[in-house]
Amino acid sequence: MSATWIILGGSSAMARAFARALAARGDAVLLAGRDLDDLAATAADCRLRGAPMAEAVAFDARDPAGFAPILDRLAETEGEISAAVFTGSMPPQVEIDADPGLIDGVVADSFTGPARFLQALAPLIEARGRGAIVGLGSVAGDRGRLGNYVYGAAKAGFHTYLSGLRNRLGRSGAHVVTVKPGFVDTAMTWGLPGMFLVAAPDAVAQDILRAVRRRRNVIYTPGFWLLIMLIIRHVPEPIFKKMKI
Amino acid sequence: MRWKTADIAGWGRAIRARTELARPERRRDLAALALDGPAIGMRRSYGDAPLNGGGRAVDMTRLDRMLSFDAEAGLLEVEAGARIGEIAAAMAPRGWLPAVMPGTGFATVGGCIGMDVHGKNHHGAGSFGQHVAAFDLATPDGPRRITPEDAPDLFRATMGGLGQTGIVATATLRLKPAPSDVIMVTERRVEDFDEHLATLDAAEATYVVGWIDATARGRALGRGIVEEGETGRGLVPARGKARRVPVDAPGFALSAPVVRVFNEMYFRRVPASGRTLVKPIGDFFFPLDRIHDWNRLYGKRGFHQFQCVLPPDRGDELRAIVEAVATSGLASPLAVLKRMGPGRAGHLSFPAEGWTLAVDFPNRTAAAPLIRRLIGKTVEAGGRVYFAKDSLAEAGQIAAMYPELDDWRRIVAAADPDRRLVTDLVRRLDLRGAA
Ligand SMILES: Cc1cc2nc3c(=O)[nH]c(=O)nc-3n(C[C@H](O)[C@H](O)[C@H](O)COP(=O)(O)OP(=O)(O)OC[C@H]3O[C@@H](n4cnc5c(N)ncnc54)[C@H](O)[C@@H]3O)c2cc1C
Repeated sequence: MSATWIILGGSSAMARAFARALAARGDAVLLAGRDLDDLAATAADCRLRGAPMAEAVAFDARDPAGFAPILDRLAETEGEISAAVFTGSMPPQVEIDADPGLIDGVVADSFTGPARFLQALAPLIEARGRGAIVGLGSVAGDRGRLGNYVYGAAKAGFHTYLSGLRNRLGRSGAHVVTVKPGFVDTAMTWGLPGMFLVAAPDAVAQDILRAVRRRRNVIYTPGFWLLIMLIIRHVPEPIFKKMKI
Repeated sequence: MRWKTADIAGWGRAIRARTELARPERRRDLAALALDGPAIGMRRSYGDAPLNGGGRAVDMTRLDRMLSFDAEAGLLEVEAGARIGEIAAAMAPRGWLPAVMPGTGFATVGGCIGMDVHGKNHHGAGSFGQHVAAFDLATPDGPRRITPEDAPDLFRATMGGLGQTGIVATATLRLKPAPSDVIMVTERRVEDFDEHLATLDAAEATYVVGWIDATARGRALGRGIVEEGETGRGLVPARGKARRVPVDAPGFALSAPVVRVFNEMYFRRVPASGRTLVKPIGDFFFPLDRIHDWNRLYGKRGFHQFQCVLPPDRGDELRAIVEAVATSGLASPLAVLKRMGPGRAGHLSFPAEGWTLAVDFPNRTAAAPLIRRLIGKTVEAGGRVYFAKDSLAEAGQIAAMYPELDDWRRIVAAADPDRRLVTDLVRRLDLRGAA
């Protein structure tokens, strides 16, 4: 039987590619986010590509009070339930420096909002005894960098949360995959200076699907980022703090 | 929306241009864009049609979703960046296909409209634009829904209109019902030019195309293989994995002796008595798509394609063109001959009743003068060259080839009075004129 996936942050290019890949293999998808017009278009596309069910649902990471209808909806679906989290926001660090209040939103979008949702979803997935949770982290979460350390800190928190959730859900037969993408060719990176080896969202989606199938714990995508981050993580702090990368 | 400055090229890679690109991912991002550059798709046009050197262009490839399908009427609404091959792959299992498909599945619906493309079924089905029921056009005055009934002028000026009337945001396509898991293909050798034309003329299949050995001379001039295809149901043979050309090939890869040997083998591969095969639909419609970036086989300098269509009674002139190609020793193995019907949807549509010939040439020094000569012969024979392939025609040659040019200019001048949508091709050929 096909699974039902709830996809948080369904308007991002990576989420769209992932939803299509799921649709093509016959899974049902609920696309959650704020831009309902856009999500409805993606849902229609997923249905035409083979999803037995695809719908848009309203979700705002900063408004946990609004999560209940989605959770109720999922509780009513039969069979395997899986979730993928693509939410996150990254205002330029200079804007955050000017207005520290922005930190709350970044943390809510990238960490606490999805964590609250997953925390409420976890018992349901445990009860079904299978399913996957895919959490989009970031290479930015591996080390605090001058350019985006607030976003990086939120993602680091999310990484740790996912690691704990993996520990918990593994006991019930479900599985949690942490995905750390490098540069992906999306609206977020379009035209930014300093981008290199930019990956296509479709390639990332295929990497994620493979990781789910093989029950991988943490993946970098594209894979070579594992190496890059291995080096970056091992630069001693006295040196790292002077680097501008 | 951020603009990205990039050096881009058409599929032939012989001409490059620095262009500022926006790439909206959502419809509202597109709507919010000031219209100050033409739309471009997957840049599968060979020359300068999808370029705007020193200016801006809107990359439509991320607005690529299928939005709704009405199975009663066979009407599929899509975003203009949707690729034809993906539409075919999604709809074929439901028993539908795009009514017209060009030879690459990577072409977007917007690009198919901008060039009013034709397929292997042109003799029966006509051109792409004849199966467009409606489209949404982003114009300087805001979005407009265009149908051939309500706005026949703007509709026609947009089909084959090279992006000059506005940005097509979505389109509704009339699909054709087709039991289409597979294609039954009959391949037959034709030994010379006359037999080639006669076989194409007599072919009754839905899909017909001739591969022509553009290196064969003398009595073998014009020999090739005629393929006839019909869609059908059956066990689908698995499609092989796509491959990629990782680097630019060295110049000798497509030198004359290599091409001659390759063509000989390709010709002999089909037994003299012909054969019938069952193929996955992608393999038949988009044979080259299995090798991603195959244009790199032509090396860094890229290549040109020459494509013309000549009236049905101009067989002798066509033979002279094939002869000029064959004796030049410059042709690549990619050469196609087809019988076209009269179907066309726009003022500047390429298709016309008659014979169409397409040949690729590596961009060597002698290629451009040869192609210019071929264009001259085409004009003399009352034919025309295809804007999707051209990079060498001259402004003075266009009016003779496209008699409806003036009507088109008038409509386009009203649709884009400030000339914000001009492309390098439109500039080179002065297509917009003084209107
Ligand atoms: C291997 C191969 C085989 C081919 N076979 C065929 C064939 O059999 N028959 C045939 O007719 N052609 C064929 N072509 C040509 C190809 O179909 C056309 O060039 C087509 O236009 C490519 O689509 P694209 O999305 O790449 O458009 P582009 O090349 O990016 O753009 C083409 C034109 O369309 C305009 N345009 C693109 N999108 C929009 C939009 N959303 N709104 C308004 N205008 C837009 C552009 O401004 C430009 O003028 C072939 C090309 C290749 C590479």
